[in-house]
Amino acid sequence: MPKYLLLKHYRGGPEAHRSVPPMDQWAPEDVEAHIAFQHHVSELLERNGEYVDARALAPARTWVRYGGPDAAPVTTDGPHPETSDLVAGWWMIDVDSYERAVELAAYVSSEPGPGGEPLYEWIDVREIMWEREPGTDPA
Amino acid sequence: MIDDPRRRDEPALRALVPRVLARLVRRGEDFDAAEDALQEALLEALRVWPEHPPRDPAAWLAAVATRRLVDARRSDAARARREELVEAEPPVPDSTEVGDDTLFLLFCCCHPDLAPASQVALTLRAVGGLTTREIADAFYVPEATMAQRISRAKRTVRGSRLDLPGDLAVVLRVLYLVYTTGHAGRVDLAAEAIRLARQLTLATDEPEARGLLALMLLNHARLPARLDRDGRIVTLDRQDRTLWDTREIAEGVRVLQSALALQRPGRYQIEAAIAALHDDAASADETDWPQILAWYDDLVALSDDPPRQDPAAVLGRAVAVGHVHGAAAGLRETERVAGVLGDRHRWHAVRAHLHELDGDPLAAGAAYAAAAQRATNVAEREHLIRQAARVRAGAPPELRTTPDRG
Repeated sequence: MPKYLLLKHYRGGPEAHRSVPPMDQWAPEDVEAHIAFQHHVSELLERNGEYVDARALAPARTWVRYGGPDAAPVTTDGPHPETSDLVAGWWMIDVDSYERAVELAAYVSSEPGPGGEPLYEWIDVREIMWEREPGTDPA
Repeated sequence: MIDDPRRRDEPALRALVPRVLARLVRRGEDFDAAEDALQEALLEALRVWPEHPPRDPAAWLAAVATRRLVDARRSDAARARREELVEAEPPVPDSTEVGDDTLFLLFCCCHPDLAPASQVALTLRAVGGLTTREIADAFYVPEATMAQRISRAKRTVRGSRLDLPGDLAVVLRVLYLVYTTGHAGRVDLAAEAIRLARQLTLATDEPEARGLLALMLLNHARLPARLDRDGRIVTLDRQDRTLWDTREIAEGVRVLQSALALQRPGRYQIEAAIAALHDDAASADETDWPQILAWYDDLVALSDDPPRQDPAAVLGRAVAVGHVHGAAAGLRETERVAGVLGDRHRWHAVRAHLHELDGDPLAAGAAYAAAAQRATNVAEREHLIRQAARVRAGAPPELRTTPDRG
């Protein structure tokens, strides 16, 4: 069965369908509903037997590159353009088909935002490549 | 998942680990090999003991581990070597000897040449008797990774002299690290750290060892109130104090008093005293902040340059200052560690709390949001976002940000 990442982004991606302020500025009940939905998605995936992993990433970012022989690594943590892509976290799922992955991504995107209305957040769906031919893979 | 048969006899069996391992190492066995052999003997014990309980479990384990060591040497050297097992049953050691063994092994595992992650892993295996799998689970790493970390650590320890007195301060730091790491996962590392610290207090009269045990107990007592039914973090000032474990608090206070009586204060005793004052308050309003501040004064006085050497103590003291001398004074205190802690979530969360105390919901909301951005775990981040939303909702409507621009 194919595995996919359903990636959430802090920023980047297509133009937002609905523009909302940061969550810390929402009404408390909207914050609760949003957080409850995230937990519900993980539980749902587990119940379906489709869950593999879920992770959140802290927003701080450091770019690093080799500095050359005998030189320290070169790092930069910004500034980055507001449009640059920043991944916030993911669900890893194991599903029957690409269509099922899209269906789940759309469900994730229906998460409640301010006023309880869906966020319509863009979800980035990426298939995970296997190390070997699936037929020879012991997993 | 395979049912782990160790569960059944675990406490009794694990209590024997340090004694048997120390006996093997003292006899001249290699620490690395002895530890492996003992792990095998433990598994064997769980297979055999239900049918044939041994007369002296420690001697049985030592004998089986010795047989494994001999087998290993035979195959290593690829030559037959006749060695008789040391089957003579030694007298059951008294509690002092057990304590000595624990201390001896803790010094091995908390070797100063090891990185903290390796000290922790080795301590949990060689002194705590946990399996590699259990330790891997507790730290959310693959079992192969943890196995590798432990075997590298054992190789580092192997060449070093084990008869020299070790560094107790390192041991205390490692045990506290085990405690603070472990409130989640299948293995309760916090309980494990308390068990190890209790063993350590049998081995040494050092008041800081008792101070550490007291600190763990006095914090652990509040654990049942720290999360609500839905798993949300509940801060100290909002906890249901009837859920606190009064037995653990009583023990913590008793241990702390016995430490303080020795009149050699140190950071763990002081932190335990602060925890005891929180535990002693029937409600958040009854907290004895002036006394807490006095203990914080002692704590920062332990360092020559507190903002640099012990910024966490300076930040903790700022909260106490805020409650005793007013929020503005507390906020000024936090500035002293802005350079060191300004990018940590805790610094912003403390300032948010002080702004709230000051009756300034907008500044508090902004500070909670800044803290949430820097949180390093999901539960903490969700908690801080909730706090931001809560204080902003409490602000007068004309000051609030528009909830939805979209």
